[in-house]
Amino acid sequence: MKKIILITAVLLSSMGINAQSPEARGLEIAKAAEQADLGFKSSSVDLKMTLKNKNGQTSERDLTTKTLELTADGDKSLIVFNSPRDVKGTSTLTFTHKVGPDDQWLFLPSIKRVKRISSNNKSGPFVGSEFAYEDLSSQEVEKYSYKFLEEKEDILIVEQDPVDPKSGYTRRVVNYNKGKGYRIEKVEFYDRKNSLLKTLTYSDYELYKNKFWRAGTFNMVNHQSNKETLLKFSNYNFDANLTDEDFTQNALKRSK
Amino acid sequence: MNAIKKIENASNKFAKKWAAFVIKRKWPVLILTLILAMGLGSQGAMEFDGDYHVFFSKSNPELEAFDALQEKYTKDDNVILVLSPSNGNIFTKDNLAAIEELTAESWNTPYSSRVDALTNFQHTSAVEDDLYVDDLSYESSSKTEAEIADIKTKALKEPLLVNRILNEKGSVTAVNITVRLPGVDSAKEIPEVTAFVRNMLTEFKVKHPNFEIHSSGLVPLNTAFFESSMSDLALTMFMLIIVLITTFILTRNVYSTIATLVVVMFSIMSAVGFVGLMGIKLTPPSAVFPTMILTLAVADSIHILVTMLQKMRKENMTKIEALTESMRLNFMPVFITSLTTVIGFLTMNFGDVPPFWDLGNITAFGMTMAFLFSTTALPALMAILPVKTKAKKETTKVSKNWYGSLGNYVVKQPVRLTVISFLIIGGMTYLATRNTFNDEFINYFDESVQFRTDTDYISKNLTGIYNVEYSIGSGESGGINNPEYLRKLNDFENWLNKQPEVIHVNAFSEVARRVNRSMHGDDEQYYRVPDNREEAAQYLLLYELSLPFGLDLNNQINVDKSETRVTVTLENIDSPQMIAFAERGEKWLRENTPTEMHALAVSPMLMFSKLGFRQADSMFKGNIIALILISLVLMLALRSFKLGLLSIIPNVTPVLIGFGIWALYKAQINTGMVIVFGMTLGIIVDDTVHFMSKFLRARRELGYTAQQAVVYAFETVGKALVTTTIVLVAGFAVLSTSSFALNSYMARITVIIILSALIIDFILLPSLLILTSRKESKVVSEKKLEQIILDK
Repeated sequence: MKKIILITAVLLSSMGINAQSPEARGLEIAKAAEQADLGFKSSSVDLKMTLKNKNGQTSERDLTTKTLELTADGDKSLIVFNSPRDVKGTSTLTFTHKVGPDDQWLFLPSIKRVKRISSNNKSGPFVGSEFAYEDLSSQEVEKYSYKFLEEKEDILIVEQDPVDPKSGYTRRVVNYNKGKGYRIEKVEFYDRKNSLLKTLTYSDYELYKNKFWRAGTFNMVNHQSNKETLLKFSNYNFDANLTDEDFTQNALKRSK
Repeated sequence: MNAIKKIENASNKFAKKWAAFVIKRKWPVLILTLILAMGLGSQGAMEFDGDYHVFFSKSNPELEAFDALQEKYTKDDNVILVLSPSNGNIFTKDNLAAIEELTAESWNTPYSSRVDALTNFQHTSAVEDDLYVDDLSYESSSKTEAEIADIKTKALKEPLLVNRILNEKGSVTAVNITVRLPGVDSAKEIPEVTAFVRNMLTEFKVKHPNFEIHSSGLVPLNTAFFESSMSDLALTMFMLIIVLITTFILTRNVYSTIATLVVVMFSIMSAVGFVGLMGIKLTPPSAVFPTMILTLAVADSIHILVTMLQKMRKENMTKIEALTESMRLNFMPVFITSLTTVIGFLTMNFGDVPPFWDLGNITAFGMTMAFLFSTTALPALMAILPVKTKAKKETTKVSKNWYGSLGNYVVKQPVRLTVISFLIIGGMTYLATRNTFNDEFINYFDESVQFRTDTDYISKNLTGIYNVEYSIGSGESGGINNPEYLRKLNDFENWLNKQPEVIHVNAFSEVARRVNRSMHGDDEQYYRVPDNREEAAQYLLLYELSLPFGLDLNNQINVDKSETRVTVTLENIDSPQMIAFAERGEKWLRENTPTEMHALAVSPMLMFSKLGFRQADSMFKGNIIALILISLVLMLALRSFKLGLLSIIPNVTPVLIGFGIWALYKAQINTGMVIVFGMTLGIIVDDTVHFMSKFLRARRELGYTAQQAVVYAFETVGKALVTTTIVLVAGFAVLSTSSFALNSYMARITVIIILSALIIDFILLPSLLILTSRKESKVVSEKKLEQIILDK
């Protein structure tokens, strides 16, 4: 990872900032964001997901997410469902990969078995919410191609085109906050026919360990169905000191 | 002095003054009316709304239930594209690749939210502890023969595909595009989708000429509504030509024809302005308003012009004298007939179908304006134009003789004619009750419309177009995973599948069975709903995590996982059968499931099925009110309570005969025909008014016996009645050529009713007038009557 950044830096300086193409600038910003968040090692957080339909009817799910930072490949994550009651203890383990499809397993406590999910499909909704699995998984730089669009004060707007042909999107338009460690303020998702599908807004940011910005609220609004999903994060823990041992199929079975 | 005469004098005086004023100030009057018509016309806007929702009022309970279901799940307007390859086999490398290509392109349809096809069907399979959920055929062009054979086997076994996306032979397949129309401006959104799809299909056909393509669905239905509005609007031109020819034949005068043209054009311009000012969006039923106004407005002009020209030709009056005299004679009749027509059209507001409110209101406004223009612009123009005539006499005499002899024939046998008439009317009334409502919206379009033929092809070769949906609740959050719920749902699915009308059932219990099987290594024994709630919930979670963009279960499961949607695809059945089927399903749920699982059947087809009944129920009151109002107008106009009451018979019976003949012709009636009672009442009452007023005049002023008075009425108004009937029949005959059944059936039965009305007014009405006159004392106390009138 560091090597790449170094090479890029060298390349950039040799090209001269003025001659930088929008593509290169976009990539540079994405990398800067990744760089800014580097070194959190591991974290865990509780999450309340509220689904809301057009009429305001709601439905809630409680989850706990653990993440292990990796630099050679994508991050590992483990999500445990605490509610609704009938899926309590169900958990997913995901190994994101910088290139190629991710690996994903699901532990079903009712049959005490771990099932591997074919992960060609990661564009579908996550547990009926407006989040696709691909919106929630670790955002590896390699999964997109980039194009810098514009700069508004501290906000850098970058278009990201997914590399995966099975993605549900043609592009995402991401607002990075340059002054706040390149944290993301807003993402707009464009569907396959390139019309605006959803907007994700991040809010209630807090700075952890003086380096890592984490949003307390994600609000995803689907403009086409008028449904929305709210994620509320609480109990961020950067001191769990999780290791590879906590992200195995065996760990998955123990996870609740 | 005769009281009637007194009243007539009063109105004569008014009409005379009016005529004198209009003729004297012909230029200002003409310019003012021109400004009025142009001013209104400039506000005009012709916008169309093709969304089938327009047929349902906001408070329509079926619409409310359907919208509630759509909001709970997803709003599904669709375009179904049906592909038939010439080799009769979908399962070849090239054909699958072509389907994959069309599917991919279909995702680019504006507002699309989902595309279901054979190739992107999410096939579930298990290998040891791995669950695979993947496209049935991905990158088909690189598949081997063996792989394609495998795909074929899987596809033809798949209950979610067969009879829905694929036929049993594997020779016809569908690509179903679901669109989520924002519903902000259907006049923009629907054509946008249609244009895209049509263009996509044109390109596809060039590239893959071996495919035959048919398309249907709710978006094409809306498009067909759009296009039939526009083609029915185009009928106006035909009607205009017919009006010009008819006017010319009847008046044999170019200037009269021009003046009539001006009046009808002014009336239509005003009506168009009304449409714009009120913000009405035109729909197939309301788009016929120009033809309606043309047909009805021309009668006013013809009455005034024919009298004027007659006076000039026969009595050698000067143009101005003849015009004044004609205005004097026709002002009241034209006013009364306009009033009754307006009342008739306004009763459409009692109905439950908004497009007919628009039709009623636009036409009523147009008719009011037509009355205004006929009594202002028309005489002003005739005063300006250099009208010249040659004296002629013979032709009228011939027809007078003919009508006179018809009158003489009738007066000789009033009892016999009355008895025969009532026997026929009785028979027809009995037949009329044999009609049944049918609002199959596919059949609204005749076979000249591609939507109809394509849809017929699809229902013959692949799947049904009509459906019924139930949202089955479980009573608790997450309750759809309760095994008890799943078992009951499964029973309902099985019961539905056994019904003869059912082609396909899409229920969540099928998903539960399929996933359960895959979780047990694809063991067929486990093709049943899970036994344990946690298992069911966790399997569902796993399955949902495996689905790609746009192919999720949100269209089948609500957010709270407390309800699921059951979609039943049906054969083409008519409205009564459709209603019966829906109720049978509701009854099964009541008898076999707990209360929370009871549900009402909903669907667009069901909404249309009940529309006719709903319209008939709500129009009933309106029709009664119209009848009372119009009878009151008649009583006042004729100054006779008895004759006003008697007039109900010739005014009501033509409708009974109309529906009786219809029972012999089609026996199925649609929503469009419900309005004809009120509408035709306002029109046919004119015949009665003219006939009765002439009869009364002969009795009261000329002292004729009832028989003589009848013959007098025949001689004086016989021709006028035939003339207006011809104009009306011509107008509605033009409308009856519409490819849209709500309009064409309405027009056809109106033609029958108008013709029956004429016959009844020539046979039954005079017979009744003679019979009722016999019993009453011959001499009415003139003084008494005069007193009453003076007291007023």
